[in-house]
Amino acid sequence: MRSRVIILEAAAGPLYLLILAASVWVLLRGHNEPGGGFIGGLIAVSASILWAVARGSDAARQRLPLRDPLILGATGVLLAALSGVPALLLGDAYLTHLWATLPLGFTDLKVSTVLLFDLGVYLCVWGALAGYALALLAVDDEAAASGGER
Amino acid sequence: MSALVAAPVLVPLATVVLTTLASRRPTLQQVVSFVGALIFLACAVALVASAAIDQPARTAFGSWVAPYGIEFHLDRVGAALVLITALMGAVSLLFLASDADAGPRHPLLLPLVHGVLAGVGGAFSTADLFNLYVWFEVMLICALGLFAIGGRLDQLDASFKYLVLNLLGTLLLLIAIGAVYGATGHLNFGALAEAAPALSPGLSTALLTALLLAFLIKAGSFPLYAWLPASYHTLPAPVLALFAGLLTKVGVYAVLRTVGDVFAPAPDVVMEALGWIAAATMLFGVLGAAYHWDMRRILAFHIVSQIGFILLAVALAGEAGNAATLFYTVHHIIVKANLFLIAAMIWRLTGSYDLRRIGGLYRLRPALGLLFLVPALSLVGIPPLSGFWAKLMVLQEALAQGRYAWAALALAVSVLTLYSMVKIWMEAFWKRHPDDRWQPPAATRLAPAWAATLGLAALTLVISLYPQWLLAYAQAAARTLGG
Repeated sequence: MRSRVIILEAAAGPLYLLILAASVWVLLRGHNEPGGGFIGGLIAVSASILWAVARGSDAARQRLPLRDPLILGATGVLLAALSGVPALLLGDAYLTHLWATLPLGFTDLKVSTVLLFDLGVYLCVWGALAGYALALLAVDDEAAASGGER
Repeated sequence: MSALVAAPVLVPLATVVLTTLASRRPTLQQVVSFVGALIFLACAVALVASAAIDQPARTAFGSWVAPYGIEFHLDRVGAALVLITALMGAVSLLFLASDADAGPRHPLLLPLVHGVLAGVGGAFSTADLFNLYVWFEVMLICALGLFAIGGRLDQLDASFKYLVLNLLGTLLLLIAIGAVYGATGHLNFGALAEAAPALSPGLSTALLTALLLAFLIKAGSFPLYAWLPASYHTLPAPVLALFAGLLTKVGVYAVLRTVGDVFAPAPDVVMEALGWIAAATMLFGVLGAAYHWDMRRILAFHIVSQIGFILLAVALAGEAGNAATLFYTVHHIIVKANLFLIAAMIWRLTGSYDLRRIGGLYRLRPALGLLFLVPALSLVGIPPLSGFWAKLMVLQEALAQGRYAWAALALAVSVLTLYSMVKIWMEAFWKRHPDDRWQPPAATRLAPAWAATLGLAALTLVISLYPQWLLAYAQAAARTLGG
């Protein structure tokens, strides 16, 4: 079996959540400042890779939203594609983005179809690249496992 | 109108996503895939209808108008090709429901097929040079996936050859687009067409040569067609038919759009070179086919040869040449896909694609023998089939322009094409089976395959007997192109 690194395993738990929080922050500050769905998605992928190194790629796959990188990526593309549809319903060109501000009392929350698009990109990048990375790491796991048997 | 113009991309893309989400439930996936293909077909019909009454659909995504945004524009040429794309998609999916298809079904097969359709649809509807490159990439990635998912050694070998040569074309295309942008400051087709006359003749020749070279690799023309017959025969049959029908034609369409529309009239030296390349493509394609015994390889070489005919029509230019290009492309896509599908049915009934190991099929399935003759003789150009009208248009224009060498070569190639088709028919249908103890398979599920191939053959016959409506459409389409 794979060798365990206790310190890494213990640190991975809080780090996983921290990295995901950072990725969401990068996702939300996008559009007007550096950041956005693609970079946020890449940061989220690094969280999955950390989990795979610490606990194995199966465990990392289980921790993904929807538990399947392919489904996660497809959901992302779906959200991004849907973000252009409201404009179509209003008679504008596809992907014409709409903005609105929700007053919450203590702050104004800006919502837009751009955010939905960015969220789609985020999930798509997370799903697709985590899928690749976990599959490659799984090959490594198998090699280590068969090496241990020999 | 703007809702519909996004359909050639949006509908297949949505189908990709939904079939991926349904990849664990094969039945549901199949239903979603069929529904997606039918919606695509309906949208394509509507697009052709609006293009035919001179109201071409156009939109700029995100309301970012040119020169910043990406325009989608479906004129008669684009709309007709989108329609034929949707039709081929539907027919291939129908054929997939039969058992004339080698190997187990991968859960990502259907999403990738729709991905190819999205790429082809996007390439036919975009009005932006860089966006065209993006759709070529989408096609390349999905095609590679389809090559590789079978996982057989020969399929991986084919995907490698396909990848290397197509990547070369892609990089060349990217460089050429960069150069065009550097020289004109535009990527939008309309803006490029306005900027083109201001370019110096030398510069415009250089730019066009680079662009055409990239597109010609994608189209599979001489001398850069090696990737095509080296890889296509490893695909599952319905996917092979789809590729054979559509992918190279996107390259041809890009050539037509470049020299026949955006940069028209192109410098004479470019058109002269294109004509000779087309002539060489016709000849070497058909010679390659004469050498082979595997039906799929024979037919793959005939794709190359027929690409030569279509490129010849492009090179003849002018309204007549462009009309011939569109007519020939539509005719050829239908016929070629049908030939591959029928070859797959022959494989299902006899167990081999190798003509030396099969035979005696006429006694078993006379209807299949007759069905094969429709696309085969149409490919050759026997009157009154659709190929005859297509070749007539090309030859007429070649003779009218005094291009006797090209015309003579086209006729000689037609005779060699006839030889190939007769070879397949004699070997597969007429001669006795080489193994006396050979028994046809007891149970086959070929009904969907029959429906698909009969439908395509019927379409060929309609074009053959009533060529005037397609002809009129093609001529009207040619008039809307520049130059």
